[in-house]
Amino acid sequence: MSQLYALLVGPFADMAGAPLFLVEVLIGGIASGLLYSLVALGFVLIFKASGVFNFAQGVMVLFAALTLVGLLERGVPAPLALALTVLVMIALAFAIERLVLRPLVNQEHIILFMATIGLNFFLEGLGEMVWGANVKKLDLGIPDESFKFAGVLLNKLEMTAAATAAVLVAVLAVFFQKTRIGRALRAVADDHEAALSIGIPLRTIWVVVWSVAGVVAIAAGIMWGAKSGVQFSLSLIALKALPVLILGGFTSVPGAIVGGLIIGIGEKLGEVYWGPLVGGAIENWFAYVLALVFLLFRPQGLFGERIIERV
Amino acid sequence: MIYREAGQFKTTYAADQAIFPIAQDRWLVLAGLVLAFVVPPALASEYWLQAVLIPFLVYALAALGLNLLTGYAGQISLGTGGFMAVGGYAAFKITTSFPALNIVAVFLLSGLAAAAVGLAFGLPSLRIKGFYLAVATLAAQFFLVWLFNKVAWFTNYASSGTITAPPRQVLGIMVTGPEATAGTRYVVALAMVVLFALIAKNLVRGRIGRSWMAIRDRDIAAEIIGVRPLRTKLLAFGVSSFYCGVAGAELVFLYLGSAETLAFDINLSFLVLFMVIIGGLGSILGSFLGAAFIVLVPIFLANAPHLLGLGLPVALQKQIELMIFGGLIIFFLIVEPHGLARLWQIGKEKLRLWPFPH
Amino acid sequence: MNARRIWTSIVAALVLGGPLAATGAHAQAKEMFVPLLVYRTGPYAPSGIPIANGFVDYFNLINERDGGINGVKVAWEECETQYDTKQGVECYERLKGRSGGAVIVNPYSTGITYQLIPKAPVDKVVVFSMGYGMTAAADGRWFPWVFSFPTTYWSQASAVIRYIGQQEGGADKLKGKKIAHIFHNSPYGKEANPTLEDLARRMGFELTLLAVDHPGQDQKATWLQVRRLNPDWVFMSGWGVMNQVAIKEAASIGFKMDRFIGNWWSANDSDVVPAGDGAKGYKGATFHAPGTSFKVHAEIVKAVYDKNKGAGKKEDMGAPLYNRGVVNAMLSAEAIRTAMGKFGNKPLTGEQVRWGFENLNLTDKRLDDLGMKGFTHAIKVTCEDHEGNGPILVQQWDGKKWSIVSDWIAPMRDVVRPKLEAAAVEEGKKLGYTQRDCSKEK
Repeated sequence: MSQLYALLVGPFADMAGAPLFLVEVLIGGIASGLLYSLVALGFVLIFKASGVFNFAQGVMVLFAALTLVGLLERGVPAPLALALTVLVMIALAFAIERLVLRPLVNQEHIILFMATIGLNFFLEGLGEMVWGANVKKLDLGIPDESFKFAGVLLNKLEMTAAATAAVLVAVLAVFFQKTRIGRALRAVADDHEAALSIGIPLRTIWVVVWSVAGVVAIAAGIMWGAKSGVQFSLSLIALKALPVLILGGFTSVPGAIVGGLIIGIGEKLGEVYWGPLVGGAIENWFAYVLALVFLLFRPQGLFGERIIERV
Repeated sequence: MIYREAGQFKTTYAADQAIFPIAQDRWLVLAGLVLAFVVPPALASEYWLQAVLIPFLVYALAALGLNLLTGYAGQISLGTGGFMAVGGYAAFKITTSFPALNIVAVFLLSGLAAAAVGLAFGLPSLRIKGFYLAVATLAAQFFLVWLFNKVAWFTNYASSGTITAPPRQVLGIMVTGPEATAGTRYVVALAMVVLFALIAKNLVRGRIGRSWMAIRDRDIAAEIIGVRPLRTKLLAFGVSSFYCGVAGAELVFLYLGSAETLAFDINLSFLVLFMVIIGGLGSILGSFLGAAFIVLVPIFLANAPHLLGLGLPVALQKQIELMIFGGLIIFFLIVEPHGLARLWQIGKEKLRLWPFPH
Repeated sequence: MNARRIWTSIVAALVLGGPLAATGAHAQAKEMFVPLLVYRTGPYAPSGIPIANGFVDYFNLINERDGGINGVKVAWEECETQYDTKQGVECYERLKGRSGGAVIVNPYSTGITYQLIPKAPVDKVVVFSMGYGMTAAADGRWFPWVFSFPTTYWSQASAVIRYIGQQEGGADKLKGKKIAHIFHNSPYGKEANPTLEDLARRMGFELTLLAVDHPGQDQKATWLQVRRLNPDWVFMSGWGVMNQVAIKEAASIGFKMDRFIGNWWSANDSDVVPAGDGAKGYKGATFHAPGTSFKVHAEIVKAVYDKNKGAGKKEDMGAPLYNRGVVNAMLSAEAIRTAMGKFGNKPLTGEQVRWGFENLNLTDKRLDDLGMKGFTHAIKVTCEDHEGNGPILVQQWDGKKWSIVSDWIAPMRDVVRPKLEAAAVEEGKKLGYTQRDCSKEK
């Protein structure tokens, strides 16, 4: 009986008892969630436009961050370093399209998925070989200070990261809905062959999409790299973004944000209020279970395309 | 010329339905098996046995299990590591609670435990499909690993938090534990893999395999013609988890000797999935080829600089290894998207006609 | 397409032949072989690189300056494990027979250590898990081939509590204080928990255990809980990216960094880098001094770096984990030297080296001769005690470098040793060992 109470009532009483702390937890969740969305965005973009589940997205985040920091370390001024990194990611997109995607056109999704796994290993080795395996500090010029606002502790760096993520997502959403290229991307995502038949240049679209994903990876790499230093574990963030993807839907940009927020908040609330009851460190699987619960009601995610199956 | 099928007439249905209808194939496989049982324990060095052959056999069994689920039944699962963990920890608990029980029986029981867990986590597959299901099975992976970390009962309250394979004998020969020789463990692992591969081959050739493939190809049409999706999918999860559970028990008892939950983490799940995809989805031979590829290529790449006399710093060596490994995966996929098994199949087709082109 | 298929088959065939290369063993005269299991790539590379460098530099120093240990050179070969247990086992199996046979192995990973412990008596290779690995193995009566001196995780935890007591003005002042232990959710991270719980009961402080899931990239929830709890002290058993993120999070919630003590795997240069200025004041436990102000470092520069044989960059010398590697190599070398004192100045077998480890008596005078006065503490290893009951130091980061801010703090042996012995019985029985009688072996 007391266990039931501890499970079902206790945490809520806890929350009510310290409302300001609850606000902090929520804000922490939102900030984390937006950072997850940033990574999930990369997945969504590529899946939306080429139907490929890009296993290498996490390593692309790492690669982008490594390139940026590597250039900064060599004394290249920040704006130039950023521009050069963008160019590197575009070059990478070209290379991927030419060497990996083109030979595998029209293959099954799982084959393309496996190819991105090969890409994952390749970029891992390449990034480390070129830039080294040490932790690198990423200094954004934004001080990592906390300040109190209406009794709640807020962090400047996190606010900036959250704002950037929100802006990026908004820009991308508009891009997909309103521009010609965005429409072409959605056409390609629907059906490669049909898109080809009406004259949409498949290869160009793929390069565009992987480049945009690369730019998103740079943003994600910067935000996450500022928190932990740029190192190999950045590539593991992709695993954290997967529940966001399944919750929001693999093909939806707004889904990435909403999914990120739900997962971020849910995770933090779960860990802080229910975690101590079971010994803590439940964040990892709690996010997946949360996503799973949503999936049972909407099998394609909250905003994902409802796949109409034909027999 | 090589495959002279002329003169091989089948006079019974049973003969016609044999796994290896061509006599040359049959003899080759039998000879291969005999050699596999006899040669390595006698001749191979401990390095070969411990670091190459035993892991190959353990992974091959796990890949077999996952191939049944993903290749034949079409349900992508990333929870393999979790199910192997269930097998490993179940085997540990069972054998420490009932020391007199034969270790092979313990493996089978731990497989059943894993099958039960697999059934539970397979339930979402009725509603969720494709990559969504894959990510949902990750919930199984992370939850199970967390569970084994958290609940000390599974490790018998060991202060070290690891499970160790206790010494166990079969027919008087030490099979697990620090005194078991690599040769003995190899033979046990090989025996189990051969047995389960035979079972798997017969499963997929029969009604069950066909129902799995029907679900994989067009599940709505399958339902219409009378294949029950609930039963079929759950059966696939159950059988696959059974195989993975036994493989997990073998991982702890025959390969590593002791394990902590880190040995069963997400990387293992991905590794087994790679083996299945590279080897060939929907092919029993493919599981073996994929496991061989994934086990042998990194070792080959690690030893190659030594072979070539290049003295590269270890870090650079490892990075080049990773790059070549990734490159090889992409190369093989471009050359033959359906995996190494298909390459083998095409090779055999050519051999059957050789020296004629068609 | 046809040519491609032929190439593919050739590649596939080559792949099968690879492991054949692994059997080459060329014994060199007057050399002893030590395989080095390192992780210079992968998620733990920032920690693995300085350790490996320190190790290699010290062995190079011995070979270059002294011509080896009493004339016998040390040969080593690095093998990359990426901190992965399976790769570690493969490396060990591949290297254990090289060059006449390995005598010592330093796994530098708790997972790999557990794999190698049962193999040690069979292969006759000493497993030297300095300050990590299986704590129970410190009872030499059950594990003759495993050594973990100068100290273990349980002793470290007790010593840290003693330090906190000192800082609070006396052990009795700990009553009622709040101490949090943030740990990596793995057997390694949980090592200190039983000891801490025991001490909490005895000394009356309030202990909160906070697990951080692997890899620990996102610790917002943990540090929110810390904020709510507002502990007086925080002790961390972290590893890899968990360290960097924890320190950054602590700084950003404004936790007083001089109340935050990391264990000796959580207090390296690489851990404080991302937090920048916020990490100032962060403390760490250690069993050797940081920095390059010791004679041995000057000698390494002279004999190794000046001849361009340095393993890493000269600027990276002196990092806590670099010095860790140096201490590890030094202890290995001194153990071999001790063994040579009994068995002669020639390449020794594993058994003989094991004797050397078990009878190591490193005095202050010897440390002085080695140029390590004040660098680490004297230690004596016995048959029962493979831990040596070494004391620890506390170091602090001031934004630019680490400095020692405490005296040598002894662990609470009366608390730790009984539990260690009980654990040793348990772990030893699992592997089917029997307890040996040390008095019979003199």
